[in-house]
Amino acid sequence: MEIFFQQLVNGLTIGSIYALVALGYTMVYGVLKLINFAHGDLVALSAYIGLVIIMQLMGALSPTILIIATFIITIIITAIGGVVLERAAYKPLRKAPRLSAVVSALGASMIIENGIMLIWGPMPRIFPASVVPNTNYNIHGVYISLMQVLVLIISFILMVALYLFVNRTKLGTAMRACAIDQDAARLMGINVDKVIVTTFVIGSALGAVGGLFIGMYYRGIYFNMGWIYGLNAFVAAIIGGIGNIPGAMLGGMLLGIFNAFIAGYVSSSWSLALTYVLLIVIMIFRPTGILGERVAEKV
Amino acid sequence: MNKEKLLVVNNLVVAYGSIEAVKGISFVVHKGELVTILGANGAGKTTTMRTISGLIKAKSGSIKYKNKELRNLPAHKIVGLGISQSPEGRRVFGTLTVEENIMLGAYTKTKVNTKVLEWIYQLFPRLKERRMQLAGTLSGGEQQMLAIGRALMSEPEMLLLDEPSLGLAPVLVKTIFETIKQIKENGVTVLLVEQNAKAALKLADRGYVLEVGKIVMEGTSQELMSSPKIQEAYLGKKKKNN
Ligand SMILES: Nc1ncnc2c1ncn2[C@@H]1O[C@H](COP(=O)(O)OP(=O)(O)O)[C@@H](O)[C@H]1O
Ligand SMILES: [Mg+2]
Repeated sequence: MEIFFQQLVNGLTIGSIYALVALGYTMVYGVLKLINFAHGDLVALSAYIGLVIIMQLMGALSPTILIIATFIITIIITAIGGVVLERAAYKPLRKAPRLSAVVSALGASMIIENGIMLIWGPMPRIFPASVVPNTNYNIHGVYISLMQVLVLIISFILMVALYLFVNRTKLGTAMRACAIDQDAARLMGINVDKVIVTTFVIGSALGAVGGLFIGMYYRGIYFNMGWIYGLNAFVAAIIGGIGNIPGAMLGGMLLGIFNAFIAGYVSSSWSLALTYVLLIVIMIFRPTGILGERVAEKV
Repeated sequence: MNKEKLLVVNNLVVAYGSIEAVKGISFVVHKGELVTILGANGAGKTTTMRTISGLIKAKSGSIKYKNKELRNLPAHKIVGLGISQSPEGRRVFGTLTVEENIMLGAYTKTKVNTKVLEWIYQLFPRLKERRMQLAGTLSGGEQQMLAIGRALMSEPEMLLLDEPSLGLAPVLVKTIFETIKQIKENGVTVLLVEQNAKAALKLADRGYVLEVGKIVMEGTSQELMSSPKIQEAYLGKKKKNN
């Protein structure tokens, strides 16, 4: 039973990170019907940016201030990166066939990934051990680290905030309207371009938090990590129902817990393969994902 | 009487690729008028409406609203100027609630005008009853009411209605047209596109007839209703002597 709870805690932690990253895929898909393949690489970039900031400021600031500063600066830079990505890779192709945008997305992904490699090199980089104090709490034999607590709490707050923004604010409602029918949204006086930029800003900002968590939790980061984390998050978004915001949260958590149980009861070397088994099984029974709408897509 | 011209469309050409759907049309809507554009399927009515609202860009010609050229303005700015549209096929946001749909209609406003909201709920009491329901679960007629109500929330000076009677049962058509009349009486200028010529002409002050992208006839509603050509082609009356 201890393994079960231990893996549940681990699974919720990684699941929160998947969920944060999955939200970026799902929000952009919702509004643009486009898979932003470069999103995972933006997440990787944010981890590198965070590492640079930590290395520069460590010692100069108290640990708490350092962490807060790292998050704020990284989020801002990554959000700007997301906007630049949208302007450069997707906006010019708004009226082009969808395949063009997919190719552009893949191209942007490679540019960011190789850019990271050129700047920081092909070898993994390691986050310093002491950014977040290595405190562990023992709750009836289940260990939970301070970092895990931070991941869980911050992710939860961000997801609730996102949910409230999307469902309770004017701009959030406009975002949902754009995801349903852009022309009808324009007739309401909604500046669809502005909504799209907002979507990229929020998606990238959440991705930046995910990237920093990856760096601080796993410590090792590498230039092509965007692919593997991005892929997992993307699968999470599909499991939950791509385009559906609560779906991405649910999908991320499910996938995280699933992976943790595979690692705990089988072997972590099986987790990727079994992830796809899970994906296929869910696609067979719920082709549009767990919370996805069961309607044929309008073309 | 010299009425103020609210909308002046001049030599408007709109094309999809190389195919011209609207081939140089000109028409005027005066302040306070209810003008209808009649025409069969594919005549170019929706294209005209979408171009006025800025959803498609014209190839040439001009669209002046209160002497301001609309042709190069994005759609969201045009709403802010006082033109709103209930589009063909209603296009309500199906997974949003009725109330959310209505509130989105006031997107350009910094504050929702509660008087307008009350007026809309008074025009369409059904919407008030169902305001917490998802718009996609409404019947066709209710969705049409929602589309019109939503368009009124921006407090437009000019309302564009694209085939509000499309696909509705005759009873509902009557209700919708009755409401359009009330909207006009409330001071809103209306440009109404319809295939249901009879109902539209009963309501309108003037009308234009569009055929394959060209205006082939114009006049007051009485003139159009008594024209043999209109009677035969749009009002379903047979020629007397054949
Ligand atoms: N998106 C489009 N792409 C290409 N052709 C179109 C498009 N929309 C409409 N058309 C064509 O333009 C013409 C006018 O269509 P439309 O304005 O919808 O007519 P109406 O509203 O009077 O039925 C038709 O021949 C139609 O096939
Ligand atoms: Mg039409």
